[in-house]
Amino acid sequence: MILALHDFWSAQGCVILQPYDMRMGAGTFHTATTLRALGPEPWNAAFVQPCRRPTDGRYGENPNRLQHYYQYQVILKPSPSDIQDLYLESLRVIGIDPLKHDIRFVEDDWESPTLGAWGLGWEVWCDGMEVTQFTYFQQMGGFDCKPVAGELTYGLERLAMYIQGVDNVYDLQFNDRGVSYGDVFLENEKQMSKWNFEVAETDALFDLFAKAEKECENALANNVPIAAYEQAIEASHIFNLLQARGVISVQERASYMGRVRDLARGSCEKYAELMAPRWAEKYPEWSL
Amino acid sequence: MKDFLLELRSEEIPARMQAGARAELEKLFRREMDAAGVAMGAVTVWSTPRRLALIARGLPTETQAVSEEAKGPPVGAPDQAVDGFCRKNKVTRDKLEVREVKGRETYFAVIDTPGRAVRDVLAEAIPAIIRDFAWPKSMRWGAASISTESMRWVRPLSGIVALLGDEVVECEVHGVTSGAVTLGHRFHHSGDITIGDADDYAVKLRAAHVIVDHQERAALIREGAARVASEAGLSLVEDEGLVVENAGLTEWPIPLLGRFEEDFLEVPPETIQLTARVNQKYFVCEDAQGTLANAFICTANIEAADGGEAIVDGNRKVLAARLSDARFFWEVDQKKTLAQHAEGLKRITFHEKLGTVADKVERVAKLARWLVEEGIVTDSPLPGGEGPGVGVPTSQASNTHPQPLPSREGASLADMAEQAARLCKADLVTEMVGEFPELQGLMGGYYARAEGLPDAVADAIRDHYKPVGQGDEVPTAPVTVAVSLADKLDTLASFFAIDEKPTGSKDPFALRRAALAVIRLLDSNGIRLNLSTAHAELVEALYFSSEDKDGPSTGSGQAGQGDLLDFFADRLKVQQREAGVRHDLIDAVFALGGEDDLVRLLARVHALQSFMETEDGRNLLAGYKRAANILKKEGFDTPLNRRPGLDPGQGSSSGAQEEARSRLGGRDDDDGNGDAMPHTGEEDPLALVDDPDMKDIVAAQMDERKHHLDGKSLSYTPEPAEKALIDALDAAGPQAERAVEEERFADAMSALASLRKPIDDFFENVTVNDDDEAKRTARLGLLARFRNAVHQVADFGKIEG
Repeated sequence: MILALHDFWSAQGCVILQPYDMRMGAGTFHTATTLRALGPEPWNAAFVQPCRRPTDGRYGENPNRLQHYYQYQVILKPSPSDIQDLYLESLRVIGIDPLKHDIRFVEDDWESPTLGAWGLGWEVWCDGMEVTQFTYFQQMGGFDCKPVAGELTYGLERLAMYIQGVDNVYDLQFNDRGVSYGDVFLENEKQMSKWNFEVAETDALFDLFAKAEKECENALANNVPIAAYEQAIEASHIFNLLQARGVISVQERASYMGRVRDLARGSCEKYAELMAPRWAEKYPEWSL
Repeated sequence: MKDFLLELRSEEIPARMQAGARAELEKLFRREMDAAGVAMGAVTVWSTPRRLALIARGLPTETQAVSEEAKGPPVGAPDQAVDGFCRKNKVTRDKLEVREVKGRETYFAVIDTPGRAVRDVLAEAIPAIIRDFAWPKSMRWGAASISTESMRWVRPLSGIVALLGDEVVECEVHGVTSGAVTLGHRFHHSGDITIGDADDYAVKLRAAHVIVDHQERAALIREGAARVASEAGLSLVEDEGLVVENAGLTEWPIPLLGRFEEDFLEVPPETIQLTARVNQKYFVCEDAQGTLANAFICTANIEAADGGEAIVDGNRKVLAARLSDARFFWEVDQKKTLAQHAEGLKRITFHEKLGTVADKVERVAKLARWLVEEGIVTDSPLPGGEGPGVGVPTSQASNTHPQPLPSREGASLADMAEQAARLCKADLVTEMVGEFPELQGLMGGYYARAEGLPDAVADAIRDHYKPVGQGDEVPTAPVTVAVSLADKLDTLASFFAIDEKPTGSKDPFALRRAALAVIRLLDSNGIRLNLSTAHAELVEALYFSSEDKDGPSTGSGQAGQGDLLDFFADRLKVQQREAGVRHDLIDAVFALGGEDDLVRLLARVHALQSFMETEDGRNLLAGYKRAANILKKEGFDTPLNRRPGLDPGQGSSSGAQEEARSRLGGRDDDDGNGDAMPHTGEEDPLALVDDPDMKDIVAAQMDERKHHLDGKSLSYTPEPAEKALIDALDAAGPQAERAVEEERFADAMSALASLRKPIDDFFENVTVNDDDEAKRTARLGLLARFRNAVHQVADFGKIEG
């Protein structure tokens, strides 16, 4: 399935990238999305990104929820006028027939205060299941997207469940030699759910958060915003772990979110400011 | 005459925005046509997820030519002025006409606006409509969005069909060019569809699997869902909101019924219904007994080759996953008791100046117990005339409760009220309510029952938010009433104490709704509650619950009381007016002031309303008005004995009354018999409302003493009609007074009715304005007595007619 998507989007002119090698909550955090959504340069990319959402862990007991899963992400800048048709064609490529399955574009706008970003779009339903998040980025890092990028985020496990016709994610066939998704990941889900919710040493997590925050500031002060952004990603994940451990009170929660936001936005802003002169030189009609 | 068709095609428009978009399209189209002077017939607007369409019937092909004249400067005026006039009217100087106006040669410009082709008008109108269209949220897209000036629409705009008759109205908006070509259903039809004119639009789209009329789609869903339910031997739980939403999500709606595992029915049915509705936009069904069935109805947008089997199966899986989440929450939540969950409330801020939700719960628990211990809320919800004394403090606690409610735990009503109050917000920190905030209260009720708490406590937890809106049922179970009342009174007192009152249309903490709920709770249950006393109780709780023990920001312990009572009075007036009570009667009772018991106040209003429907009532009113007029003319304008209470006018008593009061004050000084109860508004209001009934008596005594109007003290022999009135007053006054004291308001009215004939006769036969100063003063005094007697019931001066 991943190979089919790679083939399809590669043929549309996308560069095929590899996952970002850090723990993150969504493919949107990948620099190929966040940072590349800034500026006037065309950018078309497709990649798989493993995602970790500690609070979604269900100890392997829910047939549909995982604390670790895979997204397939496509970013097309500027958004092509036939982007919906391209997307639907990609569904056919992986075996979803829209005359047999009910495909729907249901309003779902996206906002990430953490990234100073928002966009309008839909969640795409296949027989009532959200299989893709479809967003036209309007702002990123507090800057207007000029031009607008279209972002497609496929939920790979969900799509695979459809194609294979299974009810439980752990029953997915990983290959045709009898290896299931459960064989690969069930134990992982059980242990990681337990660690996320019950075990993770919270003092160490608080410490890690503070260190990432500090390092981000250090990187920003030294004009390396990509490195700063990596620390923001780190801080964001640590915060999610702290949330799962239930040690952040409501008041503190807002304050931590504000701190993560400052890091992520600060990094995006710095990146945009650093690149702006180069962009403006190549695209005279463009301004930050 | 030609018909005009406009279709604006875009990527999927959010269902919730379509109704507004239809109205906006029609509004802007009419605006453009009006501005250009184009008359037209009926306008129809349709929407689907992918298009907005408008058909206007009977447009002319040309607009009317218009000729207008403009008067300019006189001949011989400076060139500058003449040139300016020409520029303004876009004419050259040689085209100006000269006419005589009042003997002066004057320039005129004749401006002929020729008729315009309506097609041209439309070609300009379409871009203007698109440019000015107000969407709740709009976006930029595509290569053009390198500039923020690029077109905005709800989602990318992909095509425009514009036909006047069978001709294309040519226009271009940011690179989208109009034409006659549209697209059909996204999956059922490929290729272009060329529309001939407005009449074949819907027909051709239908052939391409698009039902463009949103109402027709809604009807298909409504009827289709009911049909598939009945085919399965079930009945549809109707939900018009879902019908409209699904109509906004489909161009070719097909309702399909599926089943989910019966095991899921063990979670509360509301949870299933909400999951199905909110997350999946499914309808649910009931069996013949009205129990939720293990069935759902989804609305597909395609006619699937397999009859929808795969679609139903897919949707079933999604719902199963959702329901297993709900079951997960249901099970996890029950691993803790509600009391344990309630611990979590300490972490939730209620309001930054009012502490945490746990603080609020503590106050509500105290007040709920107090309401029961004081006998204000009892287990006979309608105490009637011989209910427990109002606001009389009971020195001992719950043991003295008149009839402890029997229950298997043997818990008293007060204990249960306190317990329910302590647990009523606990579900806010459960997983289920975190996922579905709409289930607050309801889930608490379920969890309470599951852990074996008494039904009365579980019910109170479940229903304590009620009544929520106008039509919502009002709780009657005593534990529920106590908790609901305490919760709302606490909210009101708290926000008033920190000066967060509703202003204008802003009521962020829904205080108006809370006040209305209190009124309805008191009224429907006949609960006798002195709002001032309850308020004092709350303020005390508020001050001792805050962490720093300094209490909320304001200084005085009585923070906001007067305001809060005024606020209640305003709400009560609004509510009574809406219930059809004459506003002047409400005003007449309110004008008395001094009342903070809503039930008594309403009883008085209702008695007055009945009385004013009788002949006696109307005649008495006429006599009253006559007496009041004379008194006013003679400067006998005694103010009502205003007391703190439910009286919206209290804070700013009118200038006339102030004036009258000071005049009266002067008189009091003269005869050395000062009014014992002048109100400056600075006294402790509680001292004055301690015993409102006593207050009436004191006031009446003061009045009599002041004017020496006792019949026996007259220095002359009264005329028969005068004597009759004195006697009648001597009898009716105390009667009415006693009746009012005993809250027999109808009897009070009857007592007053006995004054009708004497007052009529008095006016018939006695001259008030006698030359003899003694007689004149005495008779004016008599009229004042009459007026005061009437005032025991209501300020008749406020009654119209």
